[in-house]
Amino acid sequence: MDGEADGSVTVSEDSGRRRRVHGMLKLYYGLNEEGKTPEQPESLDPCDINGPHFDPELYLNKLRRECSLAELMDQETCMVKQIRSLDSDMQTLVYENYNKFISATDTIRKMKNDFKKMEDEMDCLSANMAAITDFSARISGTLQDQHTQITKLSGVHTLLRKLQFLFELPARLNKCLELQAYAQAVSSHRRARCVLQQYSHLPSFKGIQDDCHAIMDKLAQEINVVVRMDGGSSAKDLSECVELLLQLDEPAEELCDKFLSHARSRLESDLQGLEAEIRPYPSTSALKDASARRSSSAAPVGSPTDGSPKTSSLSSPSSNTDILEFIDRGCNEFVSSLCLVITSYQELFINHAQTGELASKNIPQMANGKLHAFVDDLAARYFSLVERRIQEEKGVGDNSLLVRALDRFHRRLQAVAKLLPGSAVPNQGTEIVIRAATERVKQYLCALQSFYMDSLTDVRQALATPRLSVAGASVAGGGALLGGPASGRDAPTSLPELLSSLSASILNQIKSVLASVHLFTAKDITFSNKPYFKGEFCSQGVRESLVVSFIKFLCQSSRQFCESAGDKGGSTPPALLLLLSRLCLDYETSTISYILTLTDEQFLVQHHSPVTPVTSLCAEAREAAQKLLNHYVKVQGLIISQMLRKSVETRDWVNTIEPRNVRAVMKRVVEDTTSIDVQVGLLYEEGVRKAHSSDSSKRTFSVYSSSRQQARYAASYTPSAPMDTNLLSNIHKLFSERIDIFSSVEFNKVSVMTGIIKISLKTFLECVRLRTFGRYGLQQIQVDCHYLQMYLWRFVSDENLVHFLLDEIVGSSAHRCLDPAPMEQSVIEVICERG
Amino acid sequence: MEDDAPVIYGLEFQARALTAQTAETDAIRFLVGTQSLKFDNQIHIIDFDDENNIINKNVLLHQAGEIWHIGASPADKAVLTTCYNKTSDSRLVSCAAVWRMPSDWETGSHESPDDSAHNPQTLELLCRLDDSAHGNAACVLWEPMGDGKRVISLADNNALLWDLQESSTQATVSSTATLEGKGQLKFTAGKWSPHHNCSQLATANDTAIRGWDLRTMSQIYCIENAHGQLVRDLDFNPNRQYYLASCGDDCKVKFWDVRNVQEPIKTLEEHSHWVWSVRYNHSHDQLVLTASSDSRLILSNMVSISSEPFGHLVDDEELSEGEDNHQEDKDLEMRSPNKQPVNGSRGTV
Repeated sequence: MDGEADGSVTVSEDSGRRRRVHGMLKLYYGLNEEGKTPEQPESLDPCDINGPHFDPELYLNKLRRECSLAELMDQETCMVKQIRSLDSDMQTLVYENYNKFISATDTIRKMKNDFKKMEDEMDCLSANMAAITDFSARISGTLQDQHTQITKLSGVHTLLRKLQFLFELPARLNKCLELQAYAQAVSSHRRARCVLQQYSHLPSFKGIQDDCHAIMDKLAQEINVVVRMDGGSSAKDLSECVELLLQLDEPAEELCDKFLSHARSRLESDLQGLEAEIRPYPSTSALKDASARRSSSAAPVGSPTDGSPKTSSLSSPSSNTDILEFIDRGCNEFVSSLCLVITSYQELFINHAQTGELASKNIPQMANGKLHAFVDDLAARYFSLVERRIQEEKGVGDNSLLVRALDRFHRRLQAVAKLLPGSAVPNQGTEIVIRAATERVKQYLCALQSFYMDSLTDVRQALATPRLSVAGASVAGGGALLGGPASGRDAPTSLPELLSSLSASILNQIKSVLASVHLFTAKDITFSNKPYFKGEFCSQGVRESLVVSFIKFLCQSSRQFCESAGDKGGSTPPALLLLLSRLCLDYETSTISYILTLTDEQFLVQHHSPVTPVTSLCAEAREAAQKLLNHYVKVQGLIISQMLRKSVETRDWVNTIEPRNVRAVMKRVVEDTTSIDVQVGLLYEEGVRKAHSSDSSKRTFSVYSSSRQQARYAASYTPSAPMDTNLLSNIHKLFSERIDIFSSVEFNKVSVMTGIIKISLKTFLECVRLRTFGRYGLQQIQVDCHYLQMYLWRFVSDENLVHFLLDEIVGSSAHRCLDPAPMEQSVIEVICERG
Repeated sequence: MEDDAPVIYGLEFQARALTAQTAETDAIRFLVGTQSLKFDNQIHIIDFDDENNIINKNVLLHQAGEIWHIGASPADKAVLTTCYNKTSDSRLVSCAAVWRMPSDWETGSHESPDDSAHNPQTLELLCRLDDSAHGNAACVLWEPMGDGKRVISLADNNALLWDLQESSTQATVSSTATLEGKGQLKFTAGKWSPHHNCSQLATANDTAIRGWDLRTMSQIYCIENAHGQLVRDLDFNPNRQYYLASCGDDCKVKFWDVRNVQEPIKTLEEHSHWVWSVRYNHSHDQLVLTASSDSRLILSNMVSISSEPFGHLVDDEELSEGEDNHQEDKDLEMRSPNKQPVNGSRGTV
């Protein structure tokens, strides 16, 4: 194996030897190939001949130890070859470098000569410079006197100019006043003010000062008038005016008020514009008509419950502009001008004042307080408008619009927050967003609930139209009984389809709602990182009040089917009960945990507060499923019971003819039971049943009346000892297993069928006990029971139950018989076979 | 009866008819009518001695047929009515009759109770409540707290009001009411209201409950679909004149205010099979006893809809099951295939 490794090494060596040799040299001089870092980490192996840690001693030892003589020889020749090639390479390189050294020496020598020439020229230059300096000093000495004179003259000139300015000031100010160049006037006055103040003891200056004061007062008045009158002037103009007044020492407080009141009027016009969006002006009758028409057409969709009493409850202005437009307008008009007002106000009264002399008078604090009050007031009105508008968003179709609108709303308020750090406005804005979000979640819950009820109505219709229910299915079921199970598929196949489509559509709806709600917590939404949206909204809002509430609603509405249907003769089709029961069961086993996991994943719910655990929801769903299934059993059982009861009650059992056939009603019972069996089998698993006794599958059944029953007749109805046997049978019954008739059933077909058959047969039994029979009446019951026995055992979990109940029925009818002469078992069998 | 052992009394035959004898004020006494197709039927007179916790019984023969309903006169403790089935010529006829117990039935019994079983005395027939036009009597109702002169019999779809004359030996129909409608209508149960001067009657047919004014024999109210299935029994609250309890095959017991028949004021769903019988306790109307073919008796304490909703500080709607003295008695009866009954006047609680 060593040879193999060596071979591969030599092959690669041959191919890239030159490159490598260069590489090795460069490595030696500390250079990398083209400045790059070496690609492979250096090998630490001391036996790597190319590695930096190469230890010849070790390598030699290793070779000696590991290689055979021939290999050593090969190695040696190879090594010698390599060394030789390395030597030659080195020689070439040395030659190359030698040439370069020679040329470098030449260059240096040339440079030495040139520098000597340059040095001479530099000496000459410095001599010239010294001469120039000398001359210049002499010139400035001669000009000194004239210079001082000129300076003095220019000083006098300036002073005179200033005096002239002062004397001309009143005239100039007047002119400015005429031209309405207030800014210039104020700046001129400011420049002169100090001087006039200083020299006011001189009468001439005093006159000027008085004149100026008079003019400036007039000016101030005029500016005030401008401020007051000019409602339409831009914010910038206004702030200019205010700045001028400030410079004129007008009282700042008054100015603040004026400024704010002016700003207020403009902001209010914005607000009114917004309000008009919400509530179209009722002045134009055409508009009113239009809106009335629109609202009447839109009324069934959802009448908005409006907070404002003035707004007629039905004029739904949501059709005017969508909410995004509205918020946009609010942001662009109101919020941006509010920001503008805040900035200019702060510029004027707060930042400005802090530097100037005003700071001492607590102006900034006062101004700040006023500003806060102002902003809070206006923002409150703005918020109320926004909230009204949000409340009108009833349609749950497109949530993204609302979220985007809220996002924009919230984002723009951040600007206010930045400008006005201590303000409560952003928090209020967040609260509005939160309220809107919770409201939205509520609406979604309603939408989900109504969707669920609608789909139930659809299912109900689907069940009703193709006659899936008992009557229609019974025909098919009867066919199935006689002709094999295939024909039973006909009508009720759509039951599982209905179930799957129902549960799928509910799930889809939940998913889409979750997706819509999820927009609230999207990363690019500004308010999504608020603690509320991170925590409480996810857990309490979405998980609890949306998902959990919906599941609870589902269970609860299912349970209501059991309660309402009982009294008024079963308004709910039994198939729907069965379907819902399966739905609830599916929810219990998988869907609930799936939905909740989905929610938790999507919303990264962190459960700070206690939330409804999955298990309790599952328990609730299971309870609902159980209740529905029990109710289904009860309803189906009662339908069959009713049939049996009528058949027993309406017949004259004393004067009946000798039985030749199984009564039609028994066939009907078997048919119905079969169809129910098919129906239940579509949705529920088979379930376990007790092992059949070997002869139960045989058509010619012999278990029940022949041996046991016959013996009992004989014992019971020999007139010799009536009381003893009666007592015996009573005691026997006391200790026999009690059958709970309307007991809870399990979630499988066999258990459901057992429940239904139990109820039916118990009814049969009770009805028989209320009648009196003749000989043939008893025989008819025998025939009927045998027929039932032939077909019903296959449906139940424990066939002994059917045996027992049928036994009881025959026994009771024998007891109620005037002339108890039971029919021969063989004859019964023949009649039943024929039927 | 807290620690007392249950008192059990066994009958030879199955029985469906039981009533308390309201005219007997000294003792707690029940009448039971048996059902046997092959032997002479009996009326058992059962005295319950609640001080010694023992039962005294007497047996009278009722040879006319098997007894489906029994009613004791409120005025004369020797007089009772029965509804019975009679077979003649392989035909089954339901009849009703007024009977008088032999005057000396009490004397022989104490000496040798065994004798009375072997050689029981026979009831004396006072009169038949038969009318050729109306057959199949379902039950006979005495005027509550009346003088024993008026009874109502329910036969098929007719309610007949009888006047008993000449110490009950003669009965004449004074007025009738007939239920009209589609199909074969048939009264299954009825109750004579003790309120309104005994001028009202409530009847049940199929799933409906109807109220009748006896002065005009016209219907005054009707609760359609009172129960999902057949209505088996009714009882009036003895203290609240508009309150009515009903029970039926839908396993429910419902309480109605007959002034508003849209909704029951209360529904109990404690039983798991048909409820055959419902009775108020005569003095404590919060106590309601129901009997069902699920082999259970349930005594319910319905304080919230009783006449004294705040009178007793008893837990509301507390249900006690099978604590009644008759429980064991009944349980045996339930297990033997006969059903009716439980009429608790003083016997219950």
